[in-house]
Amino acid sequence: MRRLIKHDSIVDDTWKPIDPDCSAPEHGQICSLEQWHNLADKDGSAVQLEPGQEPTPLFDALEKIDLLVINFPVFTDGRGFSYARDVREHGYQGELRASGHFIRDQLTYLQRCGFDAFQMADDSDLNAALTSLRDFTEHYQAAIDQPLPLFRRRL
Amino acid sequence: MYVYDQHDQKIIDERVAQFRDQTTRFLAGEITDAEFLPLRLQNGLYLQRLAPMLRIAVPYGLMNSSQLRKLADISKTYDKGYVHISTRQNVQLNWPLLEEVPDILAELSTVQMHAIQTSGNCIRNTTTDQFAGVASDELEDPRPYCEIIRQWSTLHPEFAFLPRKFKIAVCGSTQDRAAIHYHDIGIELVADDDGEIGLKILVGGGLGRTPAIGSVICEWLDKKHLLTYLEAVLRVYNQHGRRDNKYKARIKILVRAMGIDAFREAVEQQWTALKDGASTLTEAEIIRARSFFRDPSYLALDSTLAMSDLEQDCTRDPIFANWIKRNTQDHRLPGYRIVTLSLKATGFAPGDITAEQLELLAELSDLYSFGEIRSTHQQNMVLGDVQVSALYALWQRLQAAGLATPNIGYLTDIICCPGGDYCSLANAKSLPIAEAIQTRFDDLDYVYDLGPLELNISGCMNACGHHHVGQIGILGVDKKGQEFYQICLGGNQAKDASIGKILGPSFKQKDVPEVIDRILSTYVTLRKEDENFLDTYRRVGIHPFKERAYAQAD
Repeated sequence: MRRLIKHDSIVDDTWKPIDPDCSAPEHGQICSLEQWHNLADKDGSAVQLEPGQEPTPLFDALEKIDLLVINFPVFTDGRGFSYARDVREHGYQGELRASGHFIRDQLTYLQRCGFDAFQMADDSDLNAALTSLRDFTEHYQAAIDQPLPLFRRRL
Repeated sequence: MYVYDQHDQKIIDERVAQFRDQTTRFLAGEITDAEFLPLRLQNGLYLQRLAPMLRIAVPYGLMNSSQLRKLADISKTYDKGYVHISTRQNVQLNWPLLEEVPDILAELSTVQMHAIQTSGNCIRNTTTDQFAGVASDELEDPRPYCEIIRQWSTLHPEFAFLPRKFKIAVCGSTQDRAAIHYHDIGIELVADDDGEIGLKILVGGGLGRTPAIGSVICEWLDKKHLLTYLEAVLRVYNQHGRRDNKYKARIKILVRAMGIDAFREAVEQQWTALKDGASTLTEAEIIRARSFFRDPSYLALDSTLAMSDLEQDCTRDPIFANWIKRNTQDHRLPGYRIVTLSLKATGFAPGDITAEQLELLAELSDLYSFGEIRSTHQQNMVLGDVQVSALYALWQRLQAAGLATPNIGYLTDIICCPGGDYCSLANAKSLPIAEAIQTRFDDLDYVYDLGPLELNISGCMNACGHHHVGQIGILGVDKKGQEFYQICLGGNQAKDASIGKILGPSFKQKDVPEVIDRILSTYVTLRKEDENFLDTYRRVGIHPFKERAYAQAD
């Protein structure tokens, strides 16, 4: 079973990985966007977005989604950061997971954008990665983790 | 100027610690070259031809004397005793050791400086008018808004991996000295019909491979919406900017592809979600930002008396008189002048300044200009608040230190990137071209007769030397391993912005000074009375210049 960082600790992944060739993903399996669209019952569903797949089509069903995975095929493609903020700002409350080839030095930014779970392609040293989550204790901007910008908190 | 409190200091200190850890892991082989690349770039570190280059941020070009002393000190301890002023008003070290960069950043943090986002595909250092706050044609000081943007953009979690770099400039005066038309976002402080000052927003300008003049996306925006509006623009760009080709990845390409109206619509749609949210500026925050840029303790001066003294000094010393005419400008207050220190002496790389000169400048700024110094995107330095009565004493010190070359705004005040001598991106050298031109046109009377003239040189298409907006622009190109130089004419970075037009086939390095000579003599022949180069060019077009430049020797 694959492991990931969730809510600041290392846990086992309880979801079945995505299978793009499967015609009808079972409950508890992560769907591609296309598979997810075809689900008859979206309650408790899990869906994975790729770069170029904006989250807009999900906005009407965010309450039904338990897991939203945003995949990073390459760590330099930053579209997922905006997707994450966008879904959180539209009220998504479920697990928001980054997966793929992001690096531990991006963890604070990812967390600030609303991700609460991190499944790294290289999961050989998740303990070391955990320390990167704590690189910063202060920020200028408003984001998901700290909804007030520094200028509204400065004393 | 802006002063850090414990929050600002904490952010900078944590960044230093983060980069120290990243560097250690890189040197231990735990981070690959490809992974380290954006990490080091977002801390201003390039690995160049001969050594790394560290680009230190100078937010909107403003520094104090202790920062200048620290830079001098760092350049002596960690480098070769000189630094370079870049065309984004930043300071570059040419020879630091990678292992020592975390120590340099730690040193910088002690004087509230850093190298955050001076490179990489993120929001870069915000630039402005080098005469902000002292210019006589200013509607409102742009620096408080630059500082607000600096804080918002610093370590912004959503916009650290954009399709490409992103540059913002702000201008608050009648004459645009910040080149806002050539920025990804250009912001101008403008008054509406009722006289209320707001923000005019331009988007999609830029230089590089495909130069473009920015389009107006918003004619007047209430200042309180500054950050949410910027966030909306950036979010549209981050999601839709091209990532398949780095030469088509800047926002100008996206704006052109969508058309400005469709782009505006996309931004407005994003903005509806963000508008009036927590990032909306409060009145208190605008007041706080402004409080750092209040007038220093100016004296009420008798300008008539000061000017008559100045005239006497000028009559006595024509060399001083000439420097006053060329290198100083009107200040908005009587009895003060703005002084530009030329870093364009022949024989020195444009924009380079030694540790000793930095220390002298720190001393002179303490003595004569409230301890503040500005760097300019034309790669010079400015003392903004010099009393007229102190000009002679100041000039003598500058003259002795080689900082009083009287060429500001003239042909030999060349903007020039470091080029092939340092930069690994360059196709050709640029510094020898600048020197050859300065050497050839060493007759100051001729240079003055030519009038104000901008000559800009870039060593490659990335256009760090802003060649497209030079009235004369020179671009280094590589042809089968040989360095050639393309010349363009008619560029202009002011409000009536225009992009230079290519003259024709490129020239060999040794022929460039002669070609420039021919272009200039064509202008001298064709100009009407006081007509400047740009106006003559706009009237007669490129053909007469072309004919003369490519004519065979008789």
